[in-house]
Amino acid sequence: MSELAQLRFRDPARAQSLTATLADRARALGRAEPVSVMHVCGSHEQAIAKFGLRAGFPPELDVIMGPGCPVCVTDVPEVDEAVALAKQGVRVATYGDMLRVPGTSLSLADAHGAGARVEVVYGVAQAVELARTTTDEIVFFASGFETTAVATAAVLLAKPPPNFSILSAHKYIPPVMEIVAEMPGTKIEGFLAAGHAATITGWGVFERFVERHRIPVVVAGFEPLDILAGLVRLVELIGEDTPRVENAFPRCVSREGNLEAQAVLWRVFEPQGGRWRGIAHVPNGNLRLRDEFAQWDARRRFDIDLAPLWDHAPAALVAQCQCGDIMAGIASPHDCGLFGRECTPDNPVGACMVSAEGTCKIWHQYGGHPDLRQIRRRA
Amino acid sequence: MRSCGGTTDAELPLMCLGVPGRVVSVDGDLAQVDFWGVTKPIRLDVVDAPVAPGDYVLNHVGFAIRRIPAEDIEATLALYDELLAKSAPDDLMAADVRNELDAAGKP
Repeated sequence: MSELAQLRFRDPARAQSLTATLADRARALGRAEPVSVMHVCGSHEQAIAKFGLRAGFPPELDVIMGPGCPVCVTDVPEVDEAVALAKQGVRVATYGDMLRVPGTSLSLADAHGAGARVEVVYGVAQAVELARTTTDEIVFFASGFETTAVATAAVLLAKPPPNFSILSAHKYIPPVMEIVAEMPGTKIEGFLAAGHAATITGWGVFERFVERHRIPVVVAGFEPLDILAGLVRLVELIGEDTPRVENAFPRCVSREGNLEAQAVLWRVFEPQGGRWRGIAHVPNGNLRLRDEFAQWDARRRFDIDLAPLWDHAPAALVAQCQCGDIMAGIASPHDCGLFGRECTPDNPVGACMVSAEGTCKIWHQYGGHPDLRQIRRRA
Repeated sequence: MRSCGGTTDAELPLMCLGVPGRVVSVDGDLAQVDFWGVTKPIRLDVVDAPVAPGDYVLNHVGFAIRRIPAEDIEATLALYDELLAKSAPDDLMAADVRNELDAAGKP
């Protein structure tokens, strides 16, 4: 594929036409209230905001970002574990986005400011390289959905050095879609699934969900045309009697997915119930290292002492943070009194304002009002 | 971070998703991959098919997760055009754009 071929996925004429088609399909549903659909990926929200796609969405359609930010759903006790390890003298390596995610009272950035050794790495492979250059204990604080967990799994299968271990906050997306679909107060009628995760899992993974919840799912990529085409198909499917899964990202996603990557993932991890920050306890929503890999599991390797963290009071504003409702799709950043005032990317109150994949950070980055229709409605 | 696989322009603009890289060279489980002019080492542990120099791969946090066959790119674009073709004929805006596309001879 040439650069030119890639740019064709941003072709303005096609985008304009697909936008018109989307409006046509949404209108054809003939609803009095807007139809709500949810995507579950920060990258979708990034592309929607960056390319201004929302401005062209019809008033009959609400496109909501769900729990698609793995950093944001990393739960407070998981951050506490990383902070405690860092304060115990272990070197903690992690993705840059994780540094300022608040724990009970401290973030990793706070710990670093107080002298703990915290390293930002691009990925897990770089953390392994770091471990090879030292005799210090290196813990990789691993967040991310199944796509990222595959990378973590791959380095463990490649036998990392003995001073390396993993603190897993990895999460698995399909189970949380069930939770959101069943949440009282949600009116989600269709899901736009993340093309990257589906590249690994295959689109077949959503068939059982569709059967159980009678809600259509369309897998979509991240270029503007990918998203628009995915939404057109999703709205069309909502109008049909029989919900099903459709693949609007065929250049990367197949029904069965990347079988080798799945084998690597499930050989190293097993699903386990756990809390997602602000959302709920999600059965099978967390990825835990299997017993066979206990020697690289930071939770089994270290005695993690959380007590010192409770000496500090949590930030007073945290109680007002709406992250959970925003990620569940029942509130928008504009419903939060802190958004853009007390809570900004420089001084974030909640995780959604920390991560590049968080709804609040993305909205703030693109001027706070990526949905121009709201301005129109208010005017 | 690209946990779900997207663009975080502020940090690493060229690693963004939807910008697959072209394989420059392969050495065992490690490839040098060109992302629009920036070459990065990418691991091949979990890629779905054997890759060779010249192939395009989808990258996620430093791991190739998919070799993208050229014919699949065409298939995706064809899918979009099919959606456009299905637009209601009385949709003036869509018709306009279709005409423009035809006039411009865009593929």
